[in-house]
Amino acid sequence: MTAELLRLDGVGVRLGGRQVLRDVWMKVHPGEFTGLIGPNGAGKTTLLRIILGLQPVTTGEVLFDGVPRPPRDASIGYVPQKLGIEPDTPLRVRDVVSLGFDGHRFGIRLPSRARRELVDDMLTAVGARRYADARVGELSGGEQQRVMIAHALVGRPRLLLLDEPLANLDISSEQGIVSVLARLARAEGIAVLLSAHDMNPLMPVMDRIVYVAAGRVAVGTADEVVQPEVLSRLYGQHVDVIRVHGRVLVVAAPEGIDPAEAAAEDAGVVR
Amino acid sequence: MSIVNVLRHIVEPGFFASGPVHTALAVGTVIAITSAVTGVFTVTRGQSFAGHSLADISTTGGSAAFLIGVNQFWGYLAFGAGAAAFMEMIGIQRRRGRDVATGVVLGAALGLAALFLYLGSQYSTTTGTSFTILFGSIFVITPSTVPALIVSALLALATVVALARVLLLTSLSPDIAAARGVPVRAVGAAFLMALAVSVALSAVIIGAVLSTALLFGPAATALRITKGPVRAAAAAAGIGVAATWLGILLSYDSYYWPPAGRGWPVSFFVVTLIVGGYLVSYLRRPAARAEPVPDAEHACSAR
Repeated sequence: MTAELLRLDGVGVRLGGRQVLRDVWMKVHPGEFTGLIGPNGAGKTTLLRIILGLQPVTTGEVLFDGVPRPPRDASIGYVPQKLGIEPDTPLRVRDVVSLGFDGHRFGIRLPSRARRELVDDMLTAVGARRYADARVGELSGGEQQRVMIAHALVGRPRLLLLDEPLANLDISSEQGIVSVLARLARAEGIAVLLSAHDMNPLMPVMDRIVYVAAGRVAVGTADEVVQPEVLSRLYGQHVDVIRVHGRVLVVAAPEGIDPAEAAAEDAGVVR
Repeated sequence: MSIVNVLRHIVEPGFFASGPVHTALAVGTVIAITSAVTGVFTVTRGQSFAGHSLADISTTGGSAAFLIGVNQFWGYLAFGAGAAAFMEMIGIQRRRGRDVATGVVLGAALGLAALFLYLGSQYSTTTGTSFTILFGSIFVITPSTVPALIVSALLALATVVALARVLLLTSLSPDIAAARGVPVRAVGAAFLMALAVSVALSAVIIGAVLSTALLFGPAATALRITKGPVRAAAAAAGIGVAATWLGILLSYDSYYWPPAGRGWPVSFFVVTLIVGGYLVSYLRRPAARAEPVPDAEHACSAR
């Protein structure tokens, strides 16, 4: 196995007196597709912000390429959860992708044919070429996600972080984006770390799951992590893992109910 | 021949021979370009309110300068820059919820301006200075301030151009910008300072009270008729320069209009032309593309 790209050693974060994350140990290797799975408010966004260097850690260490500070350049691509960009913002789709190259640079840049072709190729790769000249603020959520993926990828990152890119998407956009990401990750050897509250759309492509719940994480393959015992320990309460029609559902037992009794109910036992 | 006659009718005799007109056109062009380009980024960053606040506080600065006998531009600039620094310190430009507190402070600023103008006009024999501070007069620019005006304008414009890509990336997502190593806070402070300078410069042309018209009017129109950032800035600059030139020309012509021998204020023409352009842009192109079905509704039914 190749050397790890990203490594979190015992990372913990306190925010406003509350322990948001504790004891996070994880590794990401080049070309690997990792799903950062967990319910809303579990700390997924905080974990991504830690990796980006936007959130300082209270304990532990984050190593990118063996170096204990974020690279602060294009080597980590980031697709935030929401843009919240106004429709009148003067940024066409191609401008947004172009900013993925050098939006962090000062001074002026002259137009170049090579760059334009690269931007067009990137837009084709994510299936957003059709609206290359539209304003990004006027696009739908799914269209904006594709554009932001192109923005994050055009700088040739080694790690791509996506925060809930599938939230608020319809099913066909969801599948489209997952397959685009999986294809690009394999073809370019980019490590993808994607957060989601629903693991099902990612099941076919995930190499590894980092399951976040109640500020703790469990790391491993889907088969290792998505088990009632593992997740119950993580949540600190009994949860069931139900597999139905090839989909996985993680269901918390209502409070005050005996797990055994709940299991009996789930199995359709009539008392 | 007829074209010359028409032109002769539009451009009153002596327009191109007048010294104050030359100064007005030269200074007006540079300031209009700076204000328009700064305006595009101000609107994009959602900081129009900061611009309006700076204009109100600059009014106080202009009045204070009048009271102590200094050129108004320095008053606009000092108070605007001071206010920008203060706003950056308390981070007010991003907190829209502080509108009420800000409104009270701005009310106090204009109240002070009223006091300064009243006192100033008691001790000074210069009539019309109050009017100049509030509504500008590009024909009475003191020649000695011209270099300062042009240098300030070029500095502000250079700052905005140098920051352009970083400002756009920050508008797209402050988190992405920060993760790429952009000093987001410092960039915001530098931009706010360029905005304060642009407000002070616009105040010289059309007065402190109206200065935001030259900042945001051309920008608003440009954002409606263009899509990308470069074209938006170029269109805004073009609109700003056109409105300024036409305003100067019409104001010069109006010397012969009733009541003859007085001349109408430049600010009236510039602002009217800018608003007119904005209204015309509404006729030209419908607003944002209609988006009938938000994705969120899909997601609810799909899960």
